[in-house]
Amino acid sequence: MSATPIDNTLLATGPVEEPVNYLNVDHSIKSWLLTGDHKRIAILYLFSTLFFFFLGSVAASMIRLELTSPVGMILESETYNKVFTAHGVIMIFFFLVPAIPAVLGNFLVPLMIGARDLAFPRLNLLSWYLYIIAGALILTVLATGGVDTGWTFYTPYSSMYSNSQVTMSIIAVFLAGFSSIFTGINFIVTIHKMRAPGMTWFRLPLFVWAAYATSVVVILGTPVVAITLLLVVFERVFHLPIFNPELGGDPVLFQHLFWFYSHPAVYIMILPAFGVQSELIANFSRKRVFGYHFVAFSTLAISALGFVVWGHHMFISSESMYQSVVFSLISFLVAVPSAIKIFNWTATLYKGTIRLQAPMLYALGFMGLFTVGGLTGLFLASLGTDVHLTNTYFIVAHFHYVMVGGSITAFMGGLHYWWPKMTGKIYNDGIAKVNALLVFVGFNLTFFPQFIAGFVGMPRRYHYYYLIPEVQAYHILSTAGASVLAISFVIPAVYLLQSLKSGPKASANPWGAHGLEWETQSPPITFNFTETPIVTDEVYDFDPVSEFEQERANAEMTDPGNDAAVTHTGEELPSGGTE
Amino acid sequence: MATAHADPHDEYSPLKHQYEDIEQQNECYTVGMWTFLVTEIMFFGALFFTYTLYRWNYQEDFYLAHEHLNVTLGAINTTILLFSSFTMVMGVHYAQLKDKLKVLGSLTVTMGCAFAFLVIKYFEYAEKFRDHLYPGANFTTDAASLHGANLNHAQLFFGLYFGMTGLHAIHIIIGILCIGTLAGMWAKGNKLVTEDYLPTEMIGLYWHFVDLVWIFLFPLMYLMPQPYK
Repeated sequence: MSATPIDNTLLATGPVEEPVNYLNVDHSIKSWLLTGDHKRIAILYLFSTLFFFFLGSVAASMIRLELTSPVGMILESETYNKVFTAHGVIMIFFFLVPAIPAVLGNFLVPLMIGARDLAFPRLNLLSWYLYIIAGALILTVLATGGVDTGWTFYTPYSSMYSNSQVTMSIIAVFLAGFSSIFTGINFIVTIHKMRAPGMTWFRLPLFVWAAYATSVVVILGTPVVAITLLLVVFERVFHLPIFNPELGGDPVLFQHLFWFYSHPAVYIMILPAFGVQSELIANFSRKRVFGYHFVAFSTLAISALGFVVWGHHMFISSESMYQSVVFSLISFLVAVPSAIKIFNWTATLYKGTIRLQAPMLYALGFMGLFTVGGLTGLFLASLGTDVHLTNTYFIVAHFHYVMVGGSITAFMGGLHYWWPKMTGKIYNDGIAKVNALLVFVGFNLTFFPQFIAGFVGMPRRYHYYYLIPEVQAYHILSTAGASVLAISFVIPAVYLLQSLKSGPKASANPWGAHGLEWETQSPPITFNFTETPIVTDEVYDFDPVSEFEQERANAEMTDPGNDAAVTHTGEELPSGGTE
Repeated sequence: MATAHADPHDEYSPLKHQYEDIEQQNECYTVGMWTFLVTEIMFFGALFFTYTLYRWNYQEDFYLAHEHLNVTLGAINTTILLFSSFTMVMGVHYAQLKDKLKVLGSLTVTMGCAFAFLVIKYFEYAEKFRDHLYPGANFTTDAASLHGANLNHAQLFFGLYFGMTGLHAIHIIIGILCIGTLAGMWAKGNKLVTEDYLPTEMIGLYWHFVDLVWIFLFPLMYLMPQPYK
């Protein structure tokens, strides 16, 4: 974007002293723990969410190992219940919900709209502390026996019968919920009120649109699940019989209220991934996102429709036929805006100058995996097939295709794409590309067999399946895939951390990308821009100069010694090779 | 380069570093507070929905059980909260006029009303506990206390009564803490509030919301009409 040109990039070439940036401005621990800087909070979130991702993955590995035998391998039934609950609660509330908004969103939203910070920095920090307190509580839960209700906390089991750590888990989820509400409020206010001069709504990067739509879902949905779970705590601790069927309470009411949030929560996890996807597809095919307005409005349409489809989780839970028909119909409607996105991204690729660098490989993987995840959702939205497939591994495979294949792939793509901006370092693109393929292969190997296992009758949440031993082959395939997937998450940890230590310095715009975040130095200064940028054109306005920059960026990738300035003037510079 | 890291604004100004000017800051405060209130509406909304469902299912029993509530105390509390909303508005008014003493006076009266509300609530709760109307194993079986309502459904009614008024009371307590902090900032002459009336108005908005919840709770809980048979 031809905003006010900034000369920081020239400083980046200064050989002696590293320019001041948000990372090296102050090294004390206090400066991190009391920071108001959205970029530092994003880094804090990055490490804390990855810690919980690791924990959730350990639980997943235990599940996969257990399922390799029809009579179980390592866990007792009760322990198995606690392990899959831990996997669900940690992955959903402590990784997927905060991962993209709180890490990439926190880092990028102010940068992308040309603001110095989010509107409420201290609220942002409070959000992280709430997350940490919630995380400490969930660790306490794990250390004191765990919780066995499943991540859905269905009543009356959770409210009346379970004698595991339900109360503490719910308080942890409640606090994590408020942490995401605070992030949501911050994004809404920031996007409404803090855009740089000239940054109109339709010049916003689609990532910002996605962050906005996500925040709307967060502030409308999360309070509902907060109060619903709180009512379960009230019932357990204070004996208020809200969901108690013995006294005339309705346990199914819990399911309605729970899914009123938890279906939109799916969109909290996937909408930011759509945002990342739009950025990656546009910048690595050097083209404006095809049908920008449609992509932007389909994001809003998904967040609106997301609130009226919760009943499709309850087709077999005493819902009336007419209710089910309506919910089924609306669930099919969600496929329309989702398909608009997929088609528009595909159209963006058409005649684009495609660069197959690591983030782009993740983006392409996302398109395939999300399409499978989305389309199998339609099987489950159809009443007839749903009755057969509900509570089987088909559902497990479906939502993992959306959550892991969609959200986590996009998170990985986004992390790779913005890593040079966040850290000022460039990682090894070759290994990253191989790893992107490894994620894709490992993922499909893990979850595709689960579709079949589920279809032939493997129920979810069971660990004994000696009555249908023929599904063992699928489980073994799945476990093998999970091992590949595990390795493909360890490798990035190694090469990304290694890039911090010995990676070449990143220029302000190593991808030759377009957007305000690439117009400040890498890593940015604390207040992001030396002066408030003025935006004069739209975000995906690629020009031939960018092509030139891209070539240079490629040269840099392979040639660590060269981090010469990237210029926006379009004047031909010698490629500055130093081989 | 180093100057870019200093706060772009004067440290004695009420304007925070991330904003361009005071108008932007005030707009952010306003949008932020209303957004937060939307979350609060959804929070209580789920409770009101639950209440509506059960009252619809058990109209007669809810009517009979509600007869044990003390309408007089409830009405006094309603009046107190309405009055506190008025004094809060006066506080915002004087904040705009930068009249420190009158702001402090208004805020103090508002907090006084909030405490009065809680004290009356305490006596109401004590009365219910005395009559064993708290749900659970010790719930009364005395028909006089239940006014003939079904024992189970009366528990449900009182469960909702304690749950909803209890959460409202927690919001009152949070309100007292917020108004107290605000009053402290006014007393110290903190420029964030004395030079800019918006923070006072935002706390006021929250307080009006808490009042508004009670304005719904009072008729729903205390003023039921007899259901048609």
